Amino acid sequence: MAGTGTPLLSAAGLLEEKRAGGGLLRDPVVLVSTGIIVLLVVIAVFAPFIATANPDSSNILAVNEAPSAAHLLGTDSLGRDLFSRLVYGARLSLLGPALIVCISSAAGTVLALAAAWFGGFFDQMVSRAADVLFAFPGIIFAIVAVSVFGRGLVAPVIALAIAATPYVLRVTRSVALRQRRLPYVAACYVEGVPAWRIGLRHLLPNVAPIILVQATLAFGYALVTLAAISYLGLGVQPPSATWGLMVATGQAAILGGHPEQSLYAGVMIVLAVVAFNLLGNRLAAHLET
Amino acid sequence: MILRLVAGRLAMLAVTVAVASIAIYGALYLAPGNPATLLAGGHATHAEIRLITRQLKLTEPFFTRYWDWLFGLLHGNLGESFLYREPVASLLAPRVLNTVFLVTYASVVIVVGGLALGLASALFKRLGMGITILTGVGLATPSFVAAIILITLFAVDWKLFPVFGGGAGFVDRLDHLTLPAVALALSWLAYTSQLTRTAVEDEVKKEHVETARGRGIARRHIVTRHLLRNAMIPISTVSGITVAGLIAGDVVVEQAFGVNGLGSFLVSSALDKDFASVQAVALILVATFVVVNALVDIWSLFLDPRLRAKGA
Repeated sequence: MAGTGTPLLSAAGLLEEKRAGGGLLRDPVVLVSTGIIVLLVVIAVFAPFIATANPDSSNILAVNEAPSAAHLLGTDSLGRDLFSRLVYGARLSLLGPALIVCISSAAGTVLALAAAWFGGFFDQMVSRAADVLFAFPGIIFAIVAVSVFGRGLVAPVIALAIAATPYVLRVTRSVALRQRRLPYVAACYVEGVPAWRIGLRHLLPNVAPIILVQATLAFGYALVTLAAISYLGLGVQPPSATWGLMVATGQAAILGGHPEQSLYAGVMIVLAVVAFNLLGNRLAAHLET
Repeated sequence: MILRLVAGRLAMLAVTVAVASIAIYGALYLAPGNPATLLAGGHATHAEIRLITRQLKLTEPFFTRYWDWLFGLLHGNLGESFLYREPVASLLAPRVLNTVFLVTYASVVIVVGGLALGLASALFKRLGMGITILTGVGLATPSFVAAIILITLFAVDWKLFPVFGGGAGFVDRLDHLTLPAVALALSWLAYTSQLTRTAVEDEVKKEHVETARGRGIARRHIVTRHLLRNAMIPISTVSGITVAGLIAGDVVVEQAFGVNGLGSFLVSSALDKDFASVQAVALILVATFVVVNALVDIWSLFLDPRLRAKGA
């Protein structure tokens, strides 16, 4: 869609606005959490350059090794380099939640804008449908989807995106409704600007900051849920490395005194989620003031 | 007046459960191939699939089939697992207790721990920062990560609790399910604690608390009667979300600790493609979640008279 650039633009606008008040960019929490997120994304994108070994090559002569110069974080129970697996694991661990957040934000926003614009029966239907969807805890929805469509990345991602949509919808709809009543919308309407154009060019930029905040918070939640699906063995399959899967496969070694793999992967998950939660909360706080 | 609100909420509950059941049953028909293949599991022969199609009258229209399924459910017939060749209901019966025990145990941990931590961080400023950091990390710790940390520390290093299984009998269960309950409770405990803190801090600033303090009412009394009672309102409205989290988390935690309950059964059924079991357990979990949510809503109507006025 033509409007893809708009949320970023007004996110920049948000930064601009707050800079005057010395807000967002001087907030150490925002800086640190953004730094962590950027770092994780860089690790995911440049995994082949950062990893020190092939993440999938095993070596039965070097299992459960302690950290050394050759293996920065040691090796797992198959002798694979843990550091490299964590680095490569960032890819699918972040790609999945990113897809979930993109799909649910897009779907939720379109529905919310349409509901706010048309009102009446359409609005009622959309809101009722959202109420019903709230009844599905995302992970159960995902498990049902996996049992029908099979394991992997696609089924859980689509299921979780559908489960996340009503949350985007509810918040965006209420903001869009407030905007809809403002005189500028009526002014556009009498000028004969087509509805889709008002939605895209005028309503969307005004609801974009709230969507961005929601998306940031939703990312952490999506990451946890997808990691849980992965942990349960319902997501992508070994030998692919995702952090959730690494926690699961490392669990057997815990009883043998080698909890490292599970713990490291767990720490990566917690780190990513903390960063997204902190950033989301701070953005929300700045947006309110 | 309040009866009408309650009736409205119950009607919504009924609609939600109905739609949820159609969705869960209908998922069968979304599958690639035909529903009988899915119900039969991965390795069924053609003869078996034909048998299932005949037995379940799968050639009949969707709503006839759905109606039969629903009618069976209401009479306690949850369908037949083709993997175990047993009624799903008799597979679930021995597992329900573990799940109920675990979720209840975790709820107690959340309420007691969350309220205590939240109150402490709101009332004692010096503790506040530390608790905020702890709860921030706790909130971001998924139950399965908490599980492996707890297993590493308490079960392997210090050997205080068993690592695996659900136990039998009350005391043994308590022992077996302590670590799972803590793992399940952790992020919700952190959430409740943060919420309590905010609610109490908002309440402390209000006039009625000032007045109570001015009148020389004992601090303990102010906290329990004036602060907590009002702070309970926002806390109890989110307890619905907490229940959703517990039901979702339960699935993961049971698997992590090898507790033989509904959640781990749901996961193993999904892995085994035992779709009849998946349907039954998913519906039970969703229905429980919806019912508890409705009860929470109704409960908050009674707790806060202002909501009643607003609803009118």
